[in-house]
Amino acid sequence: MEHPILFLDLLFGKFGLHIPPHLTYAVLVSLILLGLGWLAGRQVTLVPKGAQNVFELIVGGLEEFMVDVTGEEGRAFFPFIATFFLFIMFCNLIGLIPGFLSPTSNINITLSLALCTFVYTHYLGIKYHGAKYVKHFLGPIPALAPLFFIIEIIGHFARVLSLTLRLFGNIMGEDLVLAILLFLAGMFLAPLPMMFLAVFTSVVQAFVFTLLSMMYFAGSMEHAH
Amino acid sequence: MRKSLVLGLSMLVTLLWASLALAAEPAGAAGASAGLGTFFSYAVMAAGLGIGIAAFGTGIGQGMAVKSSVEGIARNPEASGKITVTMLIGLAMIESLCIYALVVALIILYAYPMAKPIATALGFKM
Repeated sequence: MEHPILFLDLLFGKFGLHIPPHLTYAVLVSLILLGLGWLAGRQVTLVPKGAQNVFELIVGGLEEFMVDVTGEEGRAFFPFIATFFLFIMFCNLIGLIPGFLSPTSNINITLSLALCTFVYTHYLGIKYHGAKYVKHFLGPIPALAPLFFIIEIIGHFARVLSLTLRLFGNIMGEDLVLAILLFLAGMFLAPLPMMFLAVFTSVVQAFVFTLLSMMYFAGSMEHAH
Repeated sequence: MRKSLVLGLSMLVTLLWASLALAAEPAGAAGASAGLGTFFSYAVMAAGLGIGIAAFGTGIGQGMAVKSSVEGIARNPEASGKITVTMLIGLAMIESLCIYALVVALIILYAYPMAKPIATALGFKM
């Protein structure tokens, strides 16, 4: 399969730089999010209108949902969760535009996101429980503690792997299917139904990643069984 | 019911054996020089069968999830919002298992680490 033609690749190619496209598009998505945030926060009024309205809807809805899942102490890490959701959703959706690439179709980006969740989970556990955080890993029966410890460690690493592979597999698979359909029957607009499905699965995958992160944070903050 | 089940199972087993035998013959003839000659044909077959079986299991699993959620909505239409959200989350979880199988199939086809040594051992120009 040939190398895809990407706008930022061509742009940076003119200056002679050869930066991998998933990095440039990740930075582009970050800049887009910053720009949208600035647009929404320019003139903050009590009765919102325009961009502020849309953002209050999204952020307010997400915060209500998160407090439902994690409880009131969850408000402290809401910016992290909301950034994840918006970043992943925009990253997934931007790949559908011809000439752009989804950064999340590269396993390095999804692995970094999953590692952020992993590190933050343990940071929260240590912050809330101190040294007694180890009790989370020991299981309900003290006699079987060594066995449970190994199982819990493997489970925690499996979380990173599953988060990474779920997001990577979904978005890369969707990009691959679109490319193959284009190659097979592009003249008959064959990729179009897949693109509708891709919009839906992009949003769902961003939501599922964020929801799982929320549940891991809630699990590490609650007291051990 | 029992007779048709036995008949169906025996047909399935016969077809599987037959397909294995048919697949092995031309590959065996072509790669008769080295035992590794059948490697590439088996790799392709493994990738295809792997993702097929994974999709089969995912179809059944997701079907059961949707069945229960539709029954729940039918009993209590007011809760349809919450039920739909929970159903979508469950579907994404089940689908991720099929995605793992897809990633393994793609690794077999495109990124198998031993492909180069095996190909040079077979005499292909690399």
